Amino acid sequence: MSDHNSASEHTSEHISSVGSSVAIWLALLAGTGITVAAAFIDLGPFNTIVALTVATIKATLVVLFFMHVKYTHEKLTGLVVVSAIFWLFVLLALSMADYTTRLWR
Amino acid sequence: MHTSRAVVGEPAHKNPALLHHFVTEEQQKNAASLGMWVFLAQEVMFFGGMFCAYLVYRYKYFADFGSASQQLDIRLGAINTVVLICSSLTVVLAVRAAQLGKRMALVFWLLATIFLGLVFLGIKADEYAEKFEKHHVPGASFSYHELLPGQEKLPAAERQYANPRHAEMYFSLYFAMTGMHALHMVIGVGLFGFLAYMAWRGKYTPDYYTPLENGGLYWHFVDIVWIYLFPLLYLIDRHR
Repeated sequence: MSDHNSASEHTSEHISSVGSSVAIWLALLAGTGITVAAAFIDLGPFNTIVALTVATIKATLVVLFFMHVKYTHEKLTGLVVVSAIFWLFVLLALSMADYTTRLWR
Repeated sequence: MHTSRAVVGEPAHKNPALLHHFVTEEQQKNAASLGMWVFLAQEVMFFGGMFCAYLVYRYKYFADFGSASQQLDIRLGAINTVVLICSSLTVVLAVRAAQLGKRMALVFWLLATIFLGLVFLGIKADEYAEKFEKHHVPGASFSYHELLPGQEKLPAAERQYANPRHAEMYFSLYFAMTGMHALHMVIGVGLFGFLAYMAWRGKYTPDYYTPLENGGLYWHFVDIVWIYLFPLLYLIDRHR
């Protein structure tokens, strides 16, 4: 067993700087402002697309930076995140593929 | 010589937080973190079921859902989104304070997170109260008499109203989704109360703050659920 000192133990930890955290926070607030503003403009079907695209960008920022996924050295974390998104996609896509193609009834 | 602490196979400076079935602190931390992420993956599926039900019924009752969605207050929804985003920042600053070993800063940011969580729940309670006043809560006293989207431009005699049964389905899903989200917030506030107490007692150090990190992951996840609930329930049906 290797004898680690406290400095080597902390190399795996990412301490987010206040500046970068505030930058992500401002980006999230800007995203919220953009979706709310876009909701008051009539874009037709693009209202939904814009709102969900901005929401996905915001969620990605939170996962990567606030939840430290970008800095983790543990590959299993990434596997769990990608699997969760994949299974959610299967749930939504296959359900909608069924319900939106029932014209024969 | 003092040899009593030097047990074979264990470093003499062993962290008291290291449990006996883990070899290193890093291994223990990674195991706890992986467990938390698997729990969150399960939460994605839990909320995913309700999101799926919402998509299916919105597709089926498209016009009625547009009418019902326009009954929500965008202003309150937007304020709550900002409150939750701010609370995610205070969580990040709390974890950072723990990593740097700043106990008072840690307690302060945890209490700030709890405060913002309570602000969110207060605004949500106000929105729910309005739904009760307008009889928009599904059940025996539900009543709904609103125009379908775009009908206000037509002469009064030709205007079509939303089907109340279909609007009731919208509000059922609204209460199921925001209610489950609010329950997660209540649990989060309780969790952070516990974390703040333990942080006050000095339980967390730069060598051991796994509960803070995992509590933070939970809080951010609940924030992400709201990041999707807000546009889906409040925003996308403003224009029809």
